[in-house]
Amino acid sequence: MAEIVIRNLRKEFGDFVAVKESSFTVGDGEFFMLLGPSGCGKTTTLRMIAGLELPTSGQILIDGEDVSQRPASQRDIAFVFQMFALYPHLNVRRNISYPLVSQGLPRAEVRAKVAEVARILGIESILDKPVGGLSGGDRQRVALGRAIVRSPKAFMMDEPLGALDAEFREHMSEELRALHDRMGATTVYVTHDQLEAMQMGDKIVVMNHGVVEQFGTPQEIYDHPATMFVADFIGSPPMNFLRFEGGFRPGDRSVSLGGTAVATPELREEAAGRKLALGVRPEHIAILDDGPYRGRIEAVEYLGTTQIVTLSTPHGTLKARTPSDRAARVGETVGLGFTASTLSLFDAGSGRAFRTAANAGVFHG
Amino acid sequence: MSAWSVTEPSARSKGIAAVLVILYTVITLLPLVWIIATGFKTGPDSISYPPKVIFQPSLEGYVNLFTDRTRATPEQLAAMPPPENFVDEIVQRRGEVITQPSKFGERFLNSVIIGFGSTFLSIFLGTLAAYAFSRFRVPLKDDLLFFILSTRMMPPIAVAIPIFLMFRQLGLSDTHLGMILLYTGVNISLAVWLLKGFIDEIPREYEEAALIDGYTRLQAFRKVVLPQAATGIASTAIFCLIFAWNEYAFAFLLTSGTAQTAPPFIPTIFGVGGKDWPAVAAGATLFLLPVMIFTILLRKHLLRGITFGAVRK
Repeated sequence: MAEIVIRNLRKEFGDFVAVKESSFTVGDGEFFMLLGPSGCGKTTTLRMIAGLELPTSGQILIDGEDVSQRPASQRDIAFVFQMFALYPHLNVRRNISYPLVSQGLPRAEVRAKVAEVARILGIESILDKPVGGLSGGDRQRVALGRAIVRSPKAFMMDEPLGALDAEFREHMSEELRALHDRMGATTVYVTHDQLEAMQMGDKIVVMNHGVVEQFGTPQEIYDHPATMFVADFIGSPPMNFLRFEGGFRPGDRSVSLGGTAVATPELREEAAGRKLALGVRPEHIAILDDGPYRGRIEAVEYLGTTQIVTLSTPHGTLKARTPSDRAARVGETVGLGFTASTLSLFDAGSGRAFRTAANAGVFHG
Repeated sequence: MSAWSVTEPSARSKGIAAVLVILYTVITLLPLVWIIATGFKTGPDSISYPPKVIFQPSLEGYVNLFTDRTRATPEQLAAMPPPENFVDEIVQRRGEVITQPSKFGERFLNSVIIGFGSTFLSIFLGTLAAYAFSRFRVPLKDDLLFFILSTRMMPPIAVAIPIFLMFRQLGLSDTHLGMILLYTGVNISLAVWLLKGFIDEIPREYEEAALIDGYTRLQAFRKVVLPQAATGIASTAIFCLIFAWNEYAFAFLLTSGTAQTAPPFIPTIFGVGGKDWPAVAAGATLFLLPVMIFTILLRKHLLRGITFGAVRK
């Protein structure tokens, strides 16, 4: 297993820049998520790590060794494709043994390893079947088998659950995570599904337009988004933005929202007369009977224990997640309370988050 | 237990379909049956009117096809030893003697060498070119593909005279190599275009999986792409072979001796005195066989279709 270091990685396709100067580190044995909307460069990044694309510039280090310009066959990395890409002319056993055959392993050893992998994945009974008739889950397991059979330095997975039915996805994602925990294998996993990324990942890189927006643990990314894009991309419903103009000084513990002071974590930067956005997660909004900051209830979605309340305020629409036991009537004007320590403050122009006492330890460069 | 189904045709429409298929088969097979039958008729039977459907089969046509003969006087015949085999018997009964084996065997072999040689070359070059066009960033790709296609935009025979002169200059006239190159040149555009279509359909992930699994690009091509493209290669090979096998005009123009193929040769066996239809029909029958056998051998690949299911689309 290995540590993967990505330094200033860049990829151009003609005039199109798919990945711009990205840097991050995948720790040894980590389950690492590359998250972003389609076209953000996450798959290109993964393919560069695997050697299926060569970077335009920048470095990829696997265990300290620069492999940036090496072909895929010399990197000792396994890849699980979204569409599985099982060789259709070979049966399950031969599919799994294919990477071993290329290494010229003796037959007996190949058989033994395939048998072991089949046992781990629970696919012993289908070993001699053609891959054409397999169910989605079994194909997924065969693809995993082909990846783990040669104990590579790291696994690359390109939306491996994307082709599965919703109900089976859940099951498979647990199976994947369990497999990872047992093998302790460094895994880089591409997904556009933020829930999947949060559930499964040790670390997450959020990418957008070829740029790494944020790199951190799921909690860091959820609680302290580095940019408005991350704040908006993660969470359902996503983070709310209250847009206002104003300023603050280092050491301030509140901002003025149209005359109302809203408490925030201690601010560490300075801004004046700027377009700002106050970010607040739906679950950090409390609906109060009174309170200086007020909003009007526009809609209520009942979700069982909680409800999503849509409110209009002077600074934009908010969605609050509140306990269902507090009745919320459409048309009612209520007071709003924000949990101060959880608030983020963004520069609405650049989308960047300002440093505060809360997020100070989170940002990596 | 529904009487009517959207997907399952009714018994009546199945019946109509069967009648149509059988009718079509009979119409297309009739000339073939006629040629095969004529090959086994005697000369008089082959031109009798009304045509004979029931006749006494004879190997005269095949004997004439493979031999050169001359008329013998009754004295010469009487002086000859009794016929040793059925060939001599057939010939002597008609008052002829065999002078030498005919050139049919040789010409047939030429057809095999040139037909299969050019097919192999077309497929070999065509597959590599199609793979490159399908997978790599080739500069001026579209223009090159159009150029390749444009070689099919006029009938090949339109350039017969330039080719005739070129072949004479290069010493390719009446050589196997010349004919193989010529037929390859005509077939290659078809091969590249057909095969590119087939290779485009093969997901790149297969090769990428092979690259990841530790194979080189060439190994991935051979072990993963080629088996997937087998259907396309088989059907393209059949098209190429049929063209090269049947080609008459260039063969007539550019070959006369050592490299002459069967098509220009068969009409020259009309025989000594009178039109020898049974021999011509026998030649045509034998000439049909290789393409038939080749097609039957590749049938498995043609019918198998592209294996689907291993990659979800």
